[in-house]
Amino acid sequence: MSGWTGPLVAVAVLVVATGGGLLLRRRNGLFRAVAPGRDAPGLSAKPIEAAIDPMLASLGVIPGTPVTLLQFSSAFCAPCRTTRVLCADVAERVPGVRHVELDAESHLEAVRALDIWRTPTVLVIDADGTVRRRASGAPTRAQLLAAVAEVLPESEVVTSRMSE
Amino acid sequence: MQLDVRGPRFAAVVTTLVLIAVLVTGNGWLALAQTIVFALGAANARLSPYGVFFRTLVRPRLGPPKEFEPAEPVRFAQAVGFAFLAVASVGFLSGATVIGLVATAAALVAAFLNAAFGLCLGCEAYLLIRRALSRSGAPVAER
Repeated sequence: MSGWTGPLVAVAVLVVATGGGLLLRRRNGLFRAVAPGRDAPGLSAKPIEAAIDPMLASLGVIPGTPVTLLQFSSAFCAPCRTTRVLCADVAERVPGVRHVELDAESHLEAVRALDIWRTPTVLVIDADGTVRRRASGAPTRAQLLAAVAEVLPESEVVTSRMSE
Repeated sequence: MQLDVRGPRFAAVVTTLVLIAVLVTGNGWLALAQTIVFALGAANARLSPYGVFFRTLVRPRLGPPKEFEPAEPVRFAQAVGFAFLAVASVGFLSGATVIGLVATAAALVAAFLNAAFGLCLGCEAYLLIRRALSRSGAPVAER
C-alpha cells in the first residue's frame, strides 16, 4: 500500500463528515408535516386509527388534549435534555399543550410502530390522537412554537403568553 | 456527574488530531495509545487524559463554566471509540493495514463530528443498535 493511502483516507473522511455534519445540523429540529395515515408504517396493513390510538394512549397520550408533545429520549443523549427543558417550558406557557417524555429503549415496540430512528424525536399529536408533525434532533424554541401553533386549534392559541 | 461541556469538546478536538496522525503515519502504537485514552475515558470521564489536560492547563485560562452536560453520554461515546480503536490497533500492529485504516476512519468521523458540530454519533447510533438487537430475538418488545 502506498504512503498516500492514509492521508487520502483522512482527507476523504473529513470532507464527507463535514458534508454529513452540515446536513444533520440543518435537519435537526426541523418539523415535518405527517400525512394522515402515513405516520405508522409498521402498522399500515391495519386501519391506522384503530391500531394507533390504543398504543398512543398506552404511552400516556390523553385523548382530547389539544396538543401533546410526545418526546422519545435515550439515556446517552445530550440534546434530549435540552429538548426536554424546551418542551416542558412550552407546555407550561402555552395552554392546551402537554409534554410526555419516554425512554425509547424501554418502548421499542412503539419506537418501531412510530418509525423512530433517532433521539430526541418529538411527535406533535392533536386532540384526535393523530401525529401531525414530527422532528428528530433538538428543535429551537421558534421551530417548536411554530409546529405547536400549526396544530393547536385556533381558539386555543394564546399568543400573548408565548414569549420568545 | 456533570461535566463542563468544553472539556469533552476539547477532548474531541485532540482526538481528531490524533486520529488524523494515526491515518497519516499508519502507526499502530499511536493507535494503541489512543485506545488506552478511550478506555480511561469510558471507565470514568474524569480519568480521560485529555480531560485532565483540559482541567489543569486549559480551563484555568478560560472563564468559569457556563454549560454542563451529563457524563453518561460522553462515557458511552468513549466506549464506542475504544471498540473501533482496539480493532484499528490490532489491524495496524498485525500488518492488516486496511482494517486499521477503516476502523480509524470510522472513529475519525465520530470524533470530527463531535469536535466540529457537537454531534455525538455514538449516541445517535445507540437507539439503532438497540432496535436491531431486540429484533433478533430478545422478547422485550415483541408480542
